[in-house]
Amino acid sequence: MPKKAKPTFEEDLARLTEIVNLLEDGPETLDEMLALYEEGVGVTRRLEKTLDEAETRVKSLSRDERGELNVDDWDDAS
Amino acid sequence: MNAERELPLFEMPRGREVYTVSELTEDVRAALEGAFDAELAVMGEISNFKHHVSRHMYFSLKDEAALLRCVFFHPGNTNLRFTPDDGMAVIARGRLGVYPPQGTYQLYVSSLALRGEGELMAALERLKKKLAAEGLFDEERKRPLPRFPGRVGVVTSPSGAAFRDIKNVLARRWPGITVILRPTKVQGEGAAADIAQAIADFDEVRLADVLIVGRGGGSLEDLWAFNEEATVRAIAAARTPTVSAVGHEVDWTLADFAADVRAPTPSAAAELVVPVKEDVAAEVAEMRRAAFATAEGYLAVGREEVVALERSYGFRAVPRRVDERRQQVDENAGRASRAARTALQVFRSFYAEAARGFHALSPEATLARGYNIASRDGRAVKRAAHTNVGEDLTLHFADGRRAVTVTNDGEADRVAQES
Repeated sequence: MPKKAKPTFEEDLARLTEIVNLLEDGPETLDEMLALYEEGVGVTRRLEKTLDEAETRVKSLSRDERGELNVDDWDDAS
Repeated sequence: MNAERELPLFEMPRGREVYTVSELTEDVRAALEGAFDAELAVMGEISNFKHHVSRHMYFSLKDEAALLRCVFFHPGNTNLRFTPDDGMAVIARGRLGVYPPQGTYQLYVSSLALRGEGELMAALERLKKKLAAEGLFDEERKRPLPRFPGRVGVVTSPSGAAFRDIKNVLARRWPGITVILRPTKVQGEGAAADIAQAIADFDEVRLADVLIVGRGGGSLEDLWAFNEEATVRAIAAARTPTVSAVGHEVDWTLADFAADVRAPTPSAAAELVVPVKEDVAAEVAEMRRAAFATAEGYLAVGREEVVALERSYGFRAVPRRVDERRQQVDENAGRASRAARTALQVFRSFYAEAARGFHALSPEATLARGYNIASRDGRAVKRAAHTNVGEDLTLHFADGRRAVTVTNDGEADRVAQES
């Protein structure tokens, strides 16, 4: 079974906006509202995780002698 | 005198009107301007250059044998990449016209380039027209940049200021971002092919969400790799959205026309590519606050309803009834246990009496009162008739037993006769 790809930050932000709108419109049932609320909490956590990530990574893309593409950590000193 | 007489007098032209200067000049203008293309390029050396206070430029172009007056008006001349001066070999583009007040024809310059650059510019113009005709620069081809790229690919020189600027701006605006550099030559032989390959490499591994392709400022020749067909075609063909970032604000290259977005400088490219994280975090926080406030509002309303219902008569009646029942149960239980205790006492007293009665009837009590019991083989012999003369019986006393033998007496005879 294909694993569902993790939503991108963009998708999560769009979904959170949607959830806020749905909540503000007033859900039909309490269950529906709680489900939206819970989903909103999850989406928010994912967004905040990305936002909290502070370690900027610099990598380099290069081709080796065999013509294979490699990604390595970039060393500023080099 | 003859000779004097023969000296021709001014003759009025026959069959032809006399021009005014203006009329003739107008005809010259019409003839001249009709004879040349609307725009033409002329190369020569600048002489007698004057930058007038009006900011228009007046000069001549000359070669070994001829001279052409030129005028380069403000503000068209503000985009010049160099300051013209006498002796410079240049190519001027413009329209040939007549300036009637001075009776001169001159070039109305629209662009001016150093001669080396001029040739490049001419080649560039041809390439631009060709690629534009193929649709490489069409607006419909432009794709929007992703709003939140996780990985930014950079195609530039590893040693230039451009990469350092891009990296710093990206890291400052969006800490946590991944920057992937594909180091390339950015000028000189093979630079265009290198840049084109780098773009293709990023596409091949789908490694970046957005690409920045560029370099810092330099001369037209320095920036030339970004005007070459290979670079321009690679940018146009890129599947990854691409931002061009070549030189300074005033520098335009064909890469800029092919890219999805043109950034005036490498730093500006980095700013276009990622938003400021704090702004986004504030946006998310605000949405979360809104979502939570709304949800909590609903919950509060729900909670109030529940509380109101809890306080309602119907709801409260239930526990009260339960309490009542509980009390009843307690009461009944009390009565039951009291009854049980009474019954038990009664039973105990009955039992004590019964035990006493029973005891009175016991054989031991009988023996104690002085009666004897005869037994044969452990069984009581209750009647004399059940005995035989001469047999042995056991006679029980309160303090022990004795073996006895039945002897024949009168009583026994009568019993024997009757049976």
